[in-house]
Amino acid sequence: MAQPGETQATDIAFPAGSARRMLASALSWFYLAAVYAFIFLPVAVLVLFSFQDGRLPVPPFNGFSLQWYESVFADRKLMAALANSLMVAVASSFVSCLLGFLAAYALARYRLPASALQRGLLIAPMTVSYLIIALGLLAVLNALQVPLSLWTVGIGHVVINLPLCFAIIYASMGDHHVNIERAARDLGASDVKVMALVTAPMLMPSIMAAFFLSITFSWDEFIIAFLLSRFDVTLPVEIWSMLRSGLNPKTNAIGSLVFLASVVVLVVLELALFGRSRKP
Amino acid sequence: MTTATLEDRERRRAWGFVAPALIWTFAFFVVPFLYMAAMSLWSRQGREIVRVWNLDNYARFFTESALLKSLTNSLEITLTVTVLSVLLAYPLAWIIAERVPKRWQRMALILAILPFWTSYVVRSYSWLLVLSKGGVINQALLGIGLISEPLEIASNRTATVIGFVHFFVMLLTLTIYSNLIQLSPNYRRAAADLGANGFQTFWHVVLPLTLPGIMTGAFLTFVLCIGDYITPQILGGNNELVLPQIIMLQIGRRADFPMAAALSIILMLAVTAAYLLCARWLKIERA
Repeated sequence: MAQPGETQATDIAFPAGSARRMLASALSWFYLAAVYAFIFLPVAVLVLFSFQDGRLPVPPFNGFSLQWYESVFADRKLMAALANSLMVAVASSFVSCLLGFLAAYALARYRLPASALQRGLLIAPMTVSYLIIALGLLAVLNALQVPLSLWTVGIGHVVINLPLCFAIIYASMGDHHVNIERAARDLGASDVKVMALVTAPMLMPSIMAAFFLSITFSWDEFIIAFLLSRFDVTLPVEIWSMLRSGLNPKTNAIGSLVFLASVVVLVVLELALFGRSRKP
Repeated sequence: MTTATLEDRERRRAWGFVAPALIWTFAFFVVPFLYMAAMSLWSRQGREIVRVWNLDNYARFFTESALLKSLTNSLEITLTVTVLSVLLAYPLAWIIAERVPKRWQRMALILAILPFWTSYVVRSYSWLLVLSKGGVINQALLGIGLISEPLEIASNRTATVIGFVHFFVMLLTLTIYSNLIQLSPNYRRAAADLGANGFQTFWHVVLPLTLPGIMTGAFLTFVLCIGDYITPQILGGNNELVLPQIIMLQIGRRADFPMAAALSIILMLAVTAAYLLCARWLKIERA
């Protein structure tokens, strides 16, 4: 509001500080550039040497070639792993969001006994390392002689994503929605109808945020997928086994593709959200 | 009477809504965890797990130096990473919130966390390309004649720390930035009106107000870092193993599930200790 005026006032208050201020400003831009360089260095190297014409993804750069991308797309196992990853990510995120939404609705709108304890229990997996969650599940599955598969990976991914979905959706269930729900109920809608036709649409932005966040977590998750799968594996596990062959431009190529795909999804999401937020 | 039965019905329905999530968490998180805790008190003979209660695994942990060393390695690396990441990320978040024009801030933030979206495994691998003997940094330094022998910066603790810091700077920039922009400018104006200079305002007003955000981010960093297997496995070499690597060794090569369970409990205790240390700053609340 009056912000520009305020800054001017402080400028006048310290006229002698303007040289120091410029130095500080230059320093901050330098710092910004340096940290950005640090953040982008490995990705830049990764992408650059995915086009390497040769067997080693390190300098010198021998020339431009698409051969490693060709070999990625020709790799059946890699493509199968990619499909598996997508399947597990979408399915486990859907289940996490559904369970998370139902629980958040019940705990935010009804008075249940020990609700603080219930919230604590639902959030608890967030504070435990994935490795420990995976080990516990593996031990139990072994004891029950359940064979490992993409299903067991999916179960594990719901365990890690449910707290996240619950927390995000629960946090967005403000009391200001209650009156709208009450109005719907007064007009004769049943509880389930209110939840499905009134509450869920109102909370759709945060439900979608939870869903996509879960997808990215599941998509990229390694240790649970590694310990709880056997024959069919997800993409990170397949990439992991590729690493055993050492530095290889093919790993660069698949890494660059994953990066590109994520950036595209991000841009689409950003544009979609931006478009919506502009419309009041 | 009717109100009571209505309330009963409502409550039953509410239980129906919350039950699936509770059952899932109980069956696939609480039960496995308790099972693992129990297993840490059993032992292994050959390939069999013997269900005799004892504390041998924990005793072995404290007497075998390789095992104990993995905990101190983990703690040292995790604390280094957490402190370095906060120190690097705070100024970055501050510059984005204060110096970058408002309409570019979102863009600046998205750029700052863009490499977040590469695959985690690939991100560690890409640091190998940068740090290894034939990697970009060594080649560049050799090329300009600054060094004559390649530096040993891959396959050791330095590489692990760099790989971790890279990841957590992005995460912390996000959490600290969101904390900084929520801060009302009135606090700073009030401090300036009362005669505080820039540093005093920062130290006595801005920093304490953003401390909860810092602590939340730092705790998250601690939890994710101490439990991570990939980064140290890819970047750390074989000399200094951390706790998750030792755990994976138990279930891989040695098939010693009880020992792996005991080590996991110890990892868990380290996280709990960290939680208790920052508990008063951590909050999860409904808006």
